[in-house]
Amino acid sequence: MAVIQVERKPLSLAERTYIPQIIGGLKTTLKHFFQPTVTLQYPEQRPEISKNYRGVPTLVKDPNGREKCVSCQLCEFVCPPKAIRITPGEIPADSPHAHVEKAPQAFDIDMLRCIYCGLCQEVCPEEAIWLQNQFSMTGTSRAEMVNNKARLYELGGTLPDQHFKWDKKKAAEEHGNAH
Amino acid sequence: MDFSFYFDLPLWIRLTLQGLAVILVLFPIAAACSMAERKISAWIQGRPGPNRTIPPLLAWVPGIWILQKLGVFQLAADGGKFVFKEDPVPGGVNKFYFIAAPILAMIPALSTVTVVPFGAYLDSAGKLVPIVLANVDIGLLAVFAVSSLGVYAVILAGWASNSKYPFLGGVRASAQLISYELSMTLSVLPVFLWINAPGGQGTLSLFDVVQFQSQPGFWGGAWFVFTMPLSAFIFLVALFAETNRQPFDMPESESDLVGGFHTEYGAFKWSLFFVAEYCHMIVGSAVFILLFFGGWNPLPWVTLTDSVNALAGVLPFAAHPLFMGALGIAIFLGKILFSIFFFMWVRWTLPRFRYDQVMNIGWKKLLPLSIANLIAYTLGIALLHK
Repeated sequence: MAVIQVERKPLSLAERTYIPQIIGGLKTTLKHFFQPTVTLQYPEQRPEISKNYRGVPTLVKDPNGREKCVSCQLCEFVCPPKAIRITPGEIPADSPHAHVEKAPQAFDIDMLRCIYCGLCQEVCPEEAIWLQNQFSMTGTSRAEMVNNKARLYELGGTLPDQHFKWDKKKAAEEHGNAH
Repeated sequence: MDFSFYFDLPLWIRLTLQGLAVILVLFPIAAACSMAERKISAWIQGRPGPNRTIPPLLAWVPGIWILQKLGVFQLAADGGKFVFKEDPVPGGVNKFYFIAAPILAMIPALSTVTVVPFGAYLDSAGKLVPIVLANVDIGLLAVFAVSSLGVYAVILAGWASNSKYPFLGGVRASAQLISYELSMTLSVLPVFLWINAPGGQGTLSLFDVVQFQSQPGFWGGAWFVFTMPLSAFIFLVALFAETNRQPFDMPESESDLVGGFHTEYGAFKWSLFFVAEYCHMIVGSAVFILLFFGGWNPLPWVTLTDSVNALAGVLPFAAHPLFMGALGIAIFLGKILFSIFFFMWVRWTLPRFRYDQVMNIGWKKLLPLSIANLIAYTLGIALLHK
Protein backbone atom coordinates (compact mmCIF):
# COMPACT_ATOMS: atom_id res chain seq x y z
CA MET A 1 0.00 0.00 0.00
CA ALA A 2 1.33 3.33 -1.00
CA VAL A 3 2.17 5.62 1.86
CA ILE A 4 1.24 9.21 1.14
CA GLN A 5 3.12 11.73 3.20
CA VAL A 6 0.85 14.66 3.82
CA GLU A 7 2.78 17.79 4.54
CA ARG A 8 1.27 19.66 7.43
CA LYS A 9 1.45 23.33 6.74
CA PRO A 10 2.26 25.60 9.67
CA LEU A 11 -0.71 27.67 10.78
CA SER A 12 -0.80 31.26 9.66
CA LEU A 13 -0.96 34.07 12.20
CA ALA A 14 -4.69 34.57 11.60
CA GLU A 15 -5.31 30.87 12.14
CA ARG A 16 -3.31 30.85 15.34
CA THR A 17 -5.48 33.58 16.82
CA TYR A 18 -8.53 31.34 16.16
CA ILE A 19 -10.49 34.45 15.27
CA PRO A 20 -11.35 33.79 11.58
CA GLN A 21 -12.45 30.27 12.50
CA ILE A 22 -14.52 31.52 15.43
CA ILE A 23 -16.25 34.09 13.23
CA GLY A 24 -16.91 31.42 10.61
CA GLY A 25 -18.39 29.15 13.25
CA LEU A 26 -20.56 31.93 14.65
CA LYS A 27 -21.90 32.60 11.15
CA THR A 28 -22.79 28.94 10.71
CA THR A 29 -24.59 28.67 14.03
CA LEU A 30 -26.44 31.96 13.43
CA LYS A 31 -27.65 30.59 10.09
CA HIS A 32 -28.96 27.49 11.84
CA PHE A 33 -30.50 29.67 14.56
CA PHE A 34 -32.95 31.15 12.04
CA GLN A 35 -33.64 27.96 10.15
CA PRO A 36 -36.77 25.94 10.92
CA THR A 37 -36.40 22.98 13.21
CA VAL A 38 -35.68 19.59 11.72
CA THR A 39 -37.28 17.50 14.46
CA LEU A 40 -40.71 15.88 14.70
CA GLN A 41 -43.10 16.56 17.58
CA TYR A 42 -43.14 12.84 18.23
CA PRO A 43 -46.38 11.59 19.69
CA GLU A 44 -48.43 13.89 17.44
CA GLN A 45 -46.21 13.71 14.39
CA ARG A 46 -45.06 10.25 13.43
CA PRO A 47 -42.07 9.50 11.27
CA GLU A 48 -42.72 7.88 7.91
CA ILE A 49 -41.90 4.18 8.22
CA SER A 50 -40.53 2.40 5.19
CA LYS A 51 -42.66 -0.37 3.70
CA ASN A 52 -40.17 -3.12 4.43
CA TYR A 53 -39.75 -2.14 8.06
CA ARG A 54 -39.94 -5.11 10.40
CA GLY A 55 -41.76 -4.06 13.53
CA VAL A 56 -44.33 -5.84 15.65
CA PRO A 57 -45.46 -9.21 14.18
CA THR A 58 -49.11 -9.16 13.14
CA LEU A 59 -51.65 -11.48 11.55
CA VAL A 60 -53.21 -10.53 8.21
CA LYS A 61 -56.42 -11.41 6.40
CA ASP A 62 -56.80 -12.09 2.72
CA PRO A 63 -58.73 -9.70 0.42
CA ASN A 64 -61.96 -11.61 1.19
CA GLY A 65 -61.59 -10.87 4.89
CA ARG A 66 -60.77 -14.47 5.78
CA GLU A 67 -57.96 -15.14 8.16
CA LYS A 68 -55.01 -16.57 6.34
CA CYS A 69 -53.57 -18.42 9.33
CA VAL A 70 -54.35 -22.16 9.28
CA SER A 71 -52.83 -22.77 12.72
CA CYS A 72 -50.11 -25.07 11.45
CA GLN A 73 -48.03 -23.91 14.44
CA LEU A 74 -44.79 -23.70 12.46
CA CYS A 75 -44.20 -20.18 13.77
CA GLU A 76 -44.77 -21.34 17.32
CA PHE A 77 -42.25 -24.09 16.70
CA VAL A 78 -39.61 -21.90 15.09
CA CYS A 79 -39.95 -18.93 17.46
CA PRO A 80 -36.54 -18.72 19.21
CA PRO A 81 -37.76 -17.00 22.40
CA LYS A 82 -41.01 -19.00 22.48
CA ALA A 83 -43.11 -15.87 22.30
CA ILE A 84 -45.92 -17.38 20.21
CA ARG A 85 -48.65 -19.57 21.69
CA ILE A 86 -51.31 -21.01 19.36
CA THR A 87 -54.43 -22.99 20.23
CA PRO A 88 -55.50 -24.66 16.97
CA GLY A 89 -59.12 -25.26 16.20
CA GLU A 90 -61.64 -26.14 13.52
CA ILE A 91 -63.68 -23.49 11.76
CA PRO A 92 -67.35 -24.06 12.64
CA ALA A 93 -69.31 -25.51 9.72
CA ASP A 94 -71.87 -22.71 9.77
CA SER A 95 -69.27 -19.96 9.50
CA PRO A 96 -69.32 -18.04 6.20
CA HIS A 97 -65.61 -18.72 6.06
CA ALA A 98 -65.99 -22.38 6.83
CA HIS A 99 -63.68 -24.53 4.82
CA VAL A 100 -61.34 -27.47 4.78
CA GLU A 101 -58.64 -25.53 6.55
CA LYS A 102 -58.31 -24.90 10.27
CA ALA A 103 -57.98 -21.58 12.01
CA PRO A 104 -56.43 -20.65 15.36
CA GLN A 105 -58.80 -20.48 18.29
CA ALA A 106 -56.34 -18.38 20.15
CA PHE A 107 -53.13 -16.76 18.95
CA ASP A 108 -51.00 -14.96 21.52
CA ILE A 109 -47.68 -13.25 20.87
CA ASP A 110 -45.95 -12.15 24.05
CA MET A 111 -44.22 -8.92 23.03
CA LEU A 112 -42.09 -9.01 26.17
CA ARG A 113 -40.44 -12.14 24.76
CA CYS A 114 -40.48 -11.32 21.05
CA ILE A 115 -37.09 -10.42 19.62
CA TYR A 116 -38.39 -9.18 16.25
CA CYS A 117 -36.24 -11.77 14.44
CA GLY A 118 -38.83 -12.33 11.71
CA LEU A 119 -38.43 -16.12 11.64
CA CYS A 120 -42.21 -16.54 12.05
CA GLN A 121 -42.81 -14.53 8.91
CA GLU A 122 -40.12 -16.44 7.08
CA VAL A 123 -41.42 -19.86 8.05
CA CYS A 124 -45.15 -19.18 7.52
CA PRO A 125 -46.39 -21.23 4.51
CA GLU A 126 -49.58 -19.13 4.27
CA GLU A 127 -48.01 -15.65 4.41
CA ALA A 128 -50.29 -15.06 7.36
CA ILE A 129 -47.89 -13.52 9.84
CA TRP A 130 -46.09 -10.32 8.93
CA LEU A 131 -43.71 -8.00 10.70
CA GLN A 132 -45.16 -4.62 9.86
CA ASN A 133 -44.54 -0.93 10.48
CA GLN A 134 -45.80 -0.83 14.08
CA PHE A 135 -42.67 0.33 15.93
CA SER A 136 -43.80 1.41 19.39
CA MET A 137 -45.36 -1.19 21.66
CA THR A 138 -46.12 0.08 25.12
CA GLY A 139 -48.19 -1.15 28.01
CA THR A 140 -48.54 -0.65 31.71
CA SER A 141 -48.68 -4.33 32.69
CA ARG A 142 -47.34 -7.68 31.51
CA ALA A 143 -50.82 -8.75 30.42
CA GLU A 144 -51.13 -5.67 28.23
CA MET A 145 -47.95 -6.60 26.39
CA VAL A 146 -49.43 -9.88 25.14
CA ASN A 147 -51.09 -9.40 21.77
CA ASN A 148 -54.10 -11.69 21.45
CA LYS A 149 -55.71 -12.79 18.21
CA ALA A 150 -58.13 -9.86 17.94
CA ARG A 151 -55.34 -7.36 18.54
CA LEU A 152 -53.06 -9.10 16.05
CA TYR A 153 -55.69 -8.88 13.31
CA GLU A 154 -56.42 -5.28 14.22
CA LEU A 155 -52.75 -4.41 13.84
CA GLY A 156 -52.30 -6.57 10.74
CA GLY A 157 -55.21 -5.57 8.55
CA THR A 158 -55.60 -7.04 5.10
CA LEU A 159 -52.86 -8.27 2.80
CA PRO A 160 -53.90 -7.31 -0.75
CA ASP A 161 -52.44 -10.44 -2.34
CA GLN A 162 -53.82 -11.86 -5.59
CA HIS A 163 -53.61 -15.57 -4.71
CA PHE A 164 -57.26 -16.03 -3.70
CA LYS A 165 -56.14 -19.41 -2.53
CA TRP A 166 -59.23 -20.16 -0.51
CA ASP A 167 -61.58 -19.16 -3.33
CA LYS A 168 -59.84 -21.58 -5.62
CA LYS A 169 -59.93 -24.32 -3.00
CA LYS A 170 -63.60 -23.74 -2.29
CA ALA A 171 -64.44 -23.82 -5.98
CA ALA A 172 -62.46 -27.01 -6.35
CA GLU A 173 -64.25 -28.56 -3.37
CA GLU A 174 -67.67 -27.60 -4.73
CA HIS A 175 -66.74 -29.39 -7.94
CA GLY A 176 -65.97 -32.47 -5.87
CA ASN A 177 -62.23 -32.17 -6.27
CA ALA A 178 -60.86 -31.42 -2.85
CA HIS A 179 -57.19 -31.27 -3.77
CA MET B 1 -45.75 62.82 40.41
CA ASP B 2 -44.21 63.49 43.74
CA PHE B 3 -41.73 61.07 45.25
CA SER B 4 -40.72 63.18 48.23
CA PHE B 5 -42.31 60.65 50.62
CA TYR B 6 -39.75 58.14 49.33
CA PHE B 7 -36.81 60.47 49.81
CA ASP B 8 -38.08 61.26 53.33
CA LEU B 9 -37.60 57.64 54.38
CA PRO B 10 -34.53 56.85 56.48
CA LEU B 11 -31.51 56.06 54.34
CA TRP B 12 -31.18 52.45 55.45
CA ILE B 13 -34.77 51.64 54.52
CA ARG B 14 -34.28 53.24 51.11
CA LEU B 15 -31.07 51.32 50.50
CA THR B 16 -32.67 48.06 51.60
CA LEU B 17 -35.61 48.64 49.27
CA GLN B 18 -33.32 49.54 46.39
CA GLY B 19 -31.10 46.53 47.01
CA LEU B 20 -34.11 44.22 47.15
CA ALA B 21 -35.47 45.73 43.96
CA VAL B 22 -32.19 45.11 42.17
CA ILE B 23 -31.96 41.52 43.43
CA LEU B 24 -35.60 40.92 42.50
CA VAL B 25 -34.74 41.92 38.94
CA LEU B 26 -31.33 40.29 38.75
CA PHE B 27 -32.34 36.90 40.18
CA PRO B 28 -35.24 36.20 37.79
CA ILE B 29 -33.16 37.34 34.83
CA ALA B 30 -30.42 34.97 35.90
CA ALA B 31 -32.99 32.19 36.21
CA ALA B 32 -34.56 33.06 32.86
CA CYS B 33 -31.09 32.87 31.33
CA SER B 34 -31.07 29.14 32.03
CA MET B 35 -34.16 28.75 29.86
CA ALA B 36 -32.70 31.09 27.25
CA GLU B 37 -29.63 28.90 27.21
CA ARG B 38 -31.73 25.80 26.53
CA LYS B 39 -33.82 27.49 23.88
CA ILE B 40 -30.85 29.07 22.10
CA SER B 41 -28.97 25.80 22.10
CA ALA B 42 -32.06 24.11 20.70
CA TRP B 43 -32.60 26.65 17.93
CA ILE B 44 -28.95 26.56 16.93
CA GLN B 45 -29.14 22.76 16.75
CA GLY B 46 -32.41 22.74 14.77
CA ARG B 47 -34.60 21.60 17.67
CA PRO B 48 -37.62 23.35 19.19
CA GLY B 49 -36.39 23.05 22.78
CA PRO B 50 -38.64 22.66 25.82
CA ASN B 51 -42.14 23.58 24.62
CA ARG B 52 -44.57 21.22 26.37
CA THR B 53 -44.96 22.16 30.01
CA ILE B 54 -48.09 24.07 30.98
CA PRO B 55 -50.13 23.94 34.18
CA PRO B 56 -53.55 22.48 33.24
CA LEU B 57 -55.20 25.33 35.14
CA LEU B 58 -53.76 27.89 32.75
CA ALA B 59 -54.14 25.99 29.50
CA TRP B 60 -57.48 27.64 28.67
CA VAL B 61 -56.01 31.19 28.59
CA PRO B 62 -55.97 32.32 24.94
CA GLY B 63 -52.53 33.09 23.59
CA ILE B 64 -50.77 31.37 26.45
CA TRP B 65 -49.34 28.84 24.05
CA ILE B 66 -46.70 31.44 23.19
CA LEU B 67 -45.37 31.24 26.75
CA GLN B 68 -45.69 27.46 26.58
CA LYS B 69 -43.66 27.29 23.38
CA LEU B 70 -41.04 29.56 24.94
CA GLY B 71 -40.68 27.16 27.86
CA VAL B 72 -41.67 29.67 30.55
CA PHE B 73 -43.54 27.05 32.56
CA GLN B 74 -40.71 24.59 32.12
CA LEU B 75 -38.52 27.18 33.83
CA ALA B 76 -40.98 27.42 36.73
CA ALA B 77 -41.18 23.64 36.96
CA ASP B 78 -37.40 23.32 37.01
CA GLY B 79 -37.13 25.99 39.69
CA GLY B 80 -39.81 24.30 41.77
CA LYS B 81 -38.06 20.98 41.42
CA PHE B 82 -34.83 22.41 42.81
CA VAL B 83 -36.65 23.77 45.84
CA PHE B 84 -38.60 20.64 46.68
CA LYS B 85 -36.34 17.74 45.78
CA GLU B 86 -34.18 16.00 48.35
CA ASP B 87 -30.92 17.79 49.01
CA PRO B 88 -28.42 15.08 49.87
CA VAL B 89 -25.09 15.72 51.55
CA PRO B 90 -22.75 12.88 50.61
CA GLY B 91 -20.84 11.07 53.35
CA GLY B 92 -17.20 12.07 53.77
CA VAL B 93 -17.59 15.70 52.78
CA ASN B 94 -16.56 18.55 54.98
CA LYS B 95 -20.05 19.61 55.88
CA PHE B 96 -19.36 23.20 56.89
CA TYR B 97 -17.49 24.14 53.73
CA PHE B 98 -19.72 21.97 51.57
CA ILE B 99 -22.72 24.01 52.62
CA ALA B 100 -20.82 27.31 52.75
CA ALA B 101 -19.54 27.03 49.16
CA PRO B 102 -22.83 27.66 47.27
CA ILE B 103 -23.63 30.53 49.63
CA LEU B 104 -20.19 31.99 48.99
CA ALA B 105 -20.85 31.65 45.28
CA MET B 106 -24.03 33.72 45.53
CA ILE B 107 -22.68 36.50 47.77
CA PRO B 108 -20.08 38.00 45.40
CA ALA B 109 -22.31 37.36 42.41
CA LEU B 110 -25.09 39.45 43.91
CA SER B 111 -22.99 42.04 45.73
CA THR B 112 -20.91 43.22 42.75
CA VAL B 113 -24.08 44.70 41.35
CA THR B 114 -24.06 47.41 44.05
CA VAL B 115 -21.48 49.53 42.24
CA VAL B 116 -22.82 48.96 38.75
CA PRO B 117 -24.94 51.90 37.49
CA PHE B 118 -27.92 50.93 35.33
CA GLY B 119 -29.01 54.27 34.02
CA ALA B 120 -29.19 57.98 34.70
CA TYR B 121 -31.74 60.76 34.93
CA LEU B 122 -31.64 64.53 34.95
CA ASP B 123 -32.74 65.96 38.28
CA SER B 124 -34.59 69.26 38.65
CA ALA B 125 -31.32 71.15 38.66
CA GLY B 126 -30.44 69.67 35.24
CA LYS B 127 -27.65 67.53 36.68
CA LEU B 128 -27.24 63.94 35.49
CA VAL B 129 -27.74 61.55 38.42
CA PRO B 130 -26.74 57.90 38.13
CA ILE B 131 -29.20 55.15 39.07
CA VAL B 132 -26.92 52.96 41.16
CA LEU B 133 -26.99 51.38 44.60
CA ALA B 134 -23.65 52.88 45.62
CA ASN B 135 -21.98 55.44 43.39
CA VAL B 136 -18.53 55.05 44.87
CA ASP B 137 -15.29 56.27 43.39
CA ILE B 138 -13.60 52.89 43.58
CA GLY B 139 -16.31 51.48 41.25
CA LEU B 140 -14.47 49.09 38.99
CA LEU B 141 -11.94 48.14 41.67
CA ALA B 142 -14.82 47.03 43.88
CA VAL B 143 -16.23 44.89 41.08
CA PHE B 144 -12.87 43.20 40.51
CA ALA B 145 -12.20 42.75 44.21
CA VAL B 146 -15.57 41.26 45.06
CA SER B 147 -16.10 39.18 41.94
CA SER B 148 -12.72 37.53 42.33
CA LEU B 149 -13.94 36.25 45.70
CA GLY B 150 -16.16 33.96 43.66
CA VAL B 151 -13.17 31.72 43.10
CA TYR B 152 -13.31 30.75 46.78
CA ALA B 153 -16.68 29.16 46.23
CA VAL B 154 -15.30 27.00 43.45
CA ILE B 155 -12.19 26.00 45.39
CA LEU B 156 -14.14 25.29 48.57
CA ALA B 157 -16.78 23.29 46.73
CA GLY B 158 -14.10 21.26 44.99
CA TRP B 159 -12.11 20.66 48.13
CA ALA B 160 -15.00 20.04 50.53
CA SER B 161 -16.59 17.47 48.22
CA ASN B 162 -13.79 15.03 49.12
CA SER B 163 -13.88 13.49 45.67
CA LYS B 164 -11.28 13.61 42.93
CA TYR B 165 -13.28 15.08 40.05
CA PRO B 166 -14.58 18.07 42.02
CA PHE B 167 -11.07 18.53 43.39
CA LEU B 168 -9.52 18.62 39.91
CA GLY B 169 -12.29 20.96 38.78
CA GLY B 170 -11.64 23.29 41.68
CA VAL B 171 -7.89 23.34 41.05
CA ARG B 172 -8.35 24.02 37.36
CA ALA B 173 -10.90 26.72 38.00
CA SER B 174 -8.74 28.56 40.49
CA ALA B 175 -5.73 28.46 38.16
CA GLN B 176 -7.83 29.72 35.29
CA LEU B 177 -9.60 32.49 37.19
CA ILE B 178 -6.34 33.81 38.62
CA SER B 179 -4.58 33.71 35.22
CA TYR B 180 -7.23 35.63 33.36
CA GLU B 181 -7.79 38.21 36.08
CA LEU B 182 -4.37 39.68 35.28
CA SER B 183 -5.14 40.30 31.63
CA MET B 184 -8.59 41.57 32.50
CA THR B 185 -7.30 44.17 34.93
CA LEU B 186 -4.50 45.26 32.60
CA SER B 187 -6.86 45.62 29.68
CA VAL B 188 -9.04 48.22 31.40
CA LEU B 189 -6.14 50.35 32.64
CA PRO B 190 -5.88 52.33 29.35
CA VAL B 191 -9.54 53.30 29.73
CA PHE B 192 -8.89 54.83 33.13
CA LEU B 193 -5.60 56.38 32.06
CA TRP B 194 -7.56 58.09 29.30
CA ILE B 195 -10.31 59.30 31.64
CA ASN B 196 -8.09 60.44 34.48
CA ALA B 197 -6.26 63.12 32.57
CA PRO B 198 -3.58 64.90 34.60
CA GLY B 199 -4.96 67.75 36.65
CA GLY B 200 -8.49 66.33 36.82
CA GLN B 201 -10.07 64.50 39.71
CA GLY B 202 -9.06 60.85 39.73
CA THR B 203 -11.86 58.30 39.61
CA LEU B 204 -12.54 54.63 38.98
CA SER B 205 -16.29 55.12 38.98
CA LEU B 206 -18.17 53.31 36.23
CA PHE B 207 -20.61 56.20 35.96
CA ASP B 208 -17.78 58.53 35.03
CA VAL B 209 -16.67 56.09 32.33
CA VAL B 210 -20.08 56.35 30.71
CA GLN B 211 -20.09 60.12 31.15
CA PHE B 212 -16.74 60.24 29.38
CA GLN B 213 -18.27 58.37 26.44
CA SER B 214 -21.22 60.78 26.33
CA GLN B 215 -19.32 63.95 25.56
CA PRO B 216 -20.05 66.06 22.51
CA GLY B 217 -17.81 65.88 19.47
CA PHE B 218 -16.40 63.04 17.42
CA TRP B 219 -13.84 61.85 19.98
CA GLY B 220 -16.06 62.65 22.95
CA GLY B 221 -18.98 60.53 21.77
CA ALA B 222 -16.94 57.59 20.55
CA TRP B 223 -17.39 54.47 22.65
CA PHE B 224 -14.19 52.98 23.97
CA VAL B 225 -14.64 49.93 21.78
CA PHE B 226 -13.79 52.17 18.81
CA THR B 227 -10.85 53.93 20.42
CA MET B 228 -9.51 50.85 22.26
CA PRO B 229 -10.63 47.77 20.32
CA LEU B 230 -7.77 45.62 21.58
CA SER B 231 -8.60 46.41 25.21
CA ALA B 232 -12.23 45.53 24.56
CA PHE B 233 -11.23 42.25 22.91
CA ILE B 234 -8.91 41.23 25.74
CA PHE B 235 -11.52 42.18 28.30
CA LEU B 236 -14.15 40.13 26.48
CA VAL B 237 -11.95 37.04 26.25
CA ALA B 238 -10.98 37.35 29.90
CA LEU B 239 -14.65 37.82 30.77
CA PHE B 240 -15.48 34.53 29.07
CA ALA B 241 -12.79 32.88 31.16
CA GLU B 242 -13.80 34.62 34.39
CA THR B 243 -17.43 33.60 34.05
CA ASN B 244 -16.42 30.00 33.26
CA ARG B 245 -18.15 30.05 29.92
CA GLN B 246 -17.23 28.06 26.87
CA PRO B 247 -14.66 27.89 25.38
CA PHE B 248 -13.03 28.23 28.82
CA ASP B 249 -15.35 25.96 30.77
CA MET B 250 -12.53 24.49 32.89
CA PRO B 251 -14.26 24.04 36.25
CA GLU B 252 -17.05 21.94 34.79
CA SER B 253 -15.40 20.21 31.83
CA GLU B 254 -18.30 17.76 31.58
CA SER B 255 -16.42 15.51 29.19
CA ASP B 256 -13.51 14.76 31.48
CA LEU B 257 -14.51 15.83 34.99
CA VAL B 258 -18.15 14.67 35.20
CA GLY B 259 -19.49 17.97 36.58
CA GLY B 260 -16.31 19.52 37.92
CA PHE B 261 -16.56 21.32 41.22
CA HIS B 262 -20.31 20.72 41.58
CA THR B 263 -20.30 16.98 40.84
CA GLU B 264 -21.36 16.15 44.40
CA TYR B 265 -23.98 18.89 44.61
CA GLY B 266 -27.66 18.51 43.95
CA ALA B 267 -30.99 20.24 44.35
CA PHE B 268 -31.02 23.75 45.78
CA LYS B 269 -27.30 24.00 46.48
CA TRP B 270 -26.53 23.13 42.87
CA SER B 271 -29.04 25.66 41.60
CA LEU B 272 -27.30 28.34 43.68
CA PHE B 273 -24.07 27.67 41.76
CA PHE B 274 -26.05 27.76 38.57
CA VAL B 275 -27.71 31.09 39.27
CA ALA B 276 -24.44 32.53 40.57
CA GLU B 277 -22.82 31.70 37.23
CA TYR B 278 -25.52 33.59 35.38
CA CYS B 279 -25.36 36.50 37.83
CA HIS B 280 -21.64 36.71 37.14
CA MET B 281 -22.41 36.76 33.44
CA ILE B 282 -24.96 39.53 33.83
CA VAL B 283 -22.74 41.71 36.01
CA GLY B 284 -19.71 40.96 33.82
CA SER B 285 -21.58 41.96 30.67
CA ALA B 286 -22.86 45.05 32.46
CA VAL B 287 -19.32 46.13 33.29
CA PHE B 288 -18.17 45.33 29.76
CA ILE B 289 -20.96 47.45 28.30
CA LEU B 290 -20.31 50.33 30.72
CA LEU B 291 -16.62 50.33 29.90
CA PHE B 292 -16.62 49.80 26.15
CA PHE B 293 -20.15 50.11 24.78
CA GLY B 294 -21.35 53.39 26.20
CA GLY B 295 -23.56 52.09 29.00
CA TRP B 296 -27.11 53.36 28.59
CA ASN B 297 -26.42 55.55 25.56
CA PRO B 298 -28.54 54.19 22.73
CA LEU B 299 -26.01 54.60 19.91
CA PRO B 300 -22.44 55.79 19.58
CA TRP B 301 -22.39 59.61 19.39
CA VAL B 302 -26.06 59.65 20.49
CA THR B 303 -26.33 60.13 24.24
CA LEU B 304 -29.30 59.30 26.42
CA THR B 305 -29.67 62.96 27.41
CA ASP B 306 -29.77 64.09 23.78
CA SER B 307 -32.27 61.43 22.75
CA VAL B 308 -34.54 62.19 25.71
CA ASN B 309 -34.39 65.92 24.92
CA ALA B 310 -35.25 65.17 21.30
CA LEU B 311 -38.13 62.90 22.40
CA ALA B 312 -39.41 65.54 24.85
CA GLY B 313 -40.03 67.83 21.88
CA VAL B 314 -42.54 65.29 20.55
CA LEU B 315 -43.82 63.62 23.69
CA PRO B 316 -44.16 65.91 26.70
CA PHE B 317 -43.96 63.14 29.31
CA ALA B 318 -40.52 62.13 28.01
CA ALA B 319 -39.02 65.04 29.93
CA HIS B 320 -39.99 63.41 33.22
CA PRO B 321 -36.98 62.01 35.11
CA LEU B 322 -38.86 58.74 35.61
CA PHE B 323 -39.16 58.24 31.86
CA MET B 324 -35.49 59.00 31.32
CA GLY B 325 -34.48 56.61 34.06
CA ALA B 326 -36.70 53.85 32.70
CA LEU B 327 -35.47 54.40 29.15
CA GLY B 328 -31.85 54.32 30.28
CA ILE B 329 -32.39 51.09 32.22
CA ALA B 330 -34.25 49.54 29.27
CA ILE B 331 -31.46 50.37 26.84
CA PHE B 332 -28.86 49.11 29.26
CA LEU B 333 -30.78 45.88 29.91
CA GLY B 334 -31.23 45.38 26.18
CA LYS B 335 -27.50 45.63 25.67
CA ILE B 336 -26.90 43.20 28.55
CA LEU B 337 -29.36 40.70 27.11
CA PHE B 338 -27.70 40.89 23.72
CA SER B 339 -24.34 40.35 25.38
CA ILE B 340 -25.73 37.29 27.18
CA PHE B 341 -27.09 36.03 23.88
CA PHE B 342 -23.58 36.44 22.51
CA PHE B 343 -22.20 34.38 25.40
CA MET B 344 -24.65 31.60 24.61
CA TRP B 345 -24.11 31.87 20.88
CA VAL B 346 -20.39 31.37 21.43
CA ARG B 347 -21.02 28.49 23.82
CA TRP B 348 -23.03 26.55 21.23
CA THR B 349 -20.49 27.28 18.52
CA LEU B 350 -17.09 26.54 19.98
CA PRO B 351 -15.63 23.41 21.53
CA ARG B 352 -13.82 23.70 24.83
CA PHE B 353 -10.12 24.48 24.93
CA ARG B 354 -7.83 21.89 26.46
CA TYR B 355 -6.45 22.82 29.88
CA ASP B 356 -2.92 23.47 28.57
CA GLN B 357 -4.36 25.60 25.77
CA VAL B 358 -6.24 27.67 28.29
CA MET B 359 -3.05 28.27 30.26
CA ASN B 360 -1.07 29.03 27.07
CA ILE B 361 -3.63 31.54 25.86
CA GLY B 362 -3.84 33.17 29.26
CA TRP B 363 -0.16 33.50 30.08
CA LYS B 364 1.63 33.46 26.73
CA LYS B 365 -0.83 35.33 24.53
CA LEU B 366 -3.30 37.48 26.41
CA LEU B 367 -1.01 38.70 29.18
CA PRO B 368 1.83 39.92 26.88
CA LEU B 369 -0.79 41.37 24.57
CA SER B 370 -2.47 43.30 27.35
CA ILE B 371 0.89 44.57 28.65
CA ALA B 372 1.85 45.72 25.15
CA ASN B 373 -1.56 47.33 24.79
CA LEU B 374 -1.11 49.14 28.10
CA ILE B 375 2.35 50.42 27.15
CA ALA B 376 1.17 51.57 23.72
CA TYR B 377 -1.80 53.46 25.13
CA THR B 378 0.26 54.91 27.98
CA LEU B 379 2.73 56.36 25.47
CA GLY B 380 -0.08 57.54 23.22
CA ILE B 381 -1.95 59.24 26.04
CA ALA B 382 1.26 60.79 27.37
CA LEU B 383 1.98 62.24 23.92
CA LEU B 384 -1.60 63.50 23.52
CA HIS B 385 -1.59 65.32 26.82
CA LYS B 386 1.83 66.86 26.33
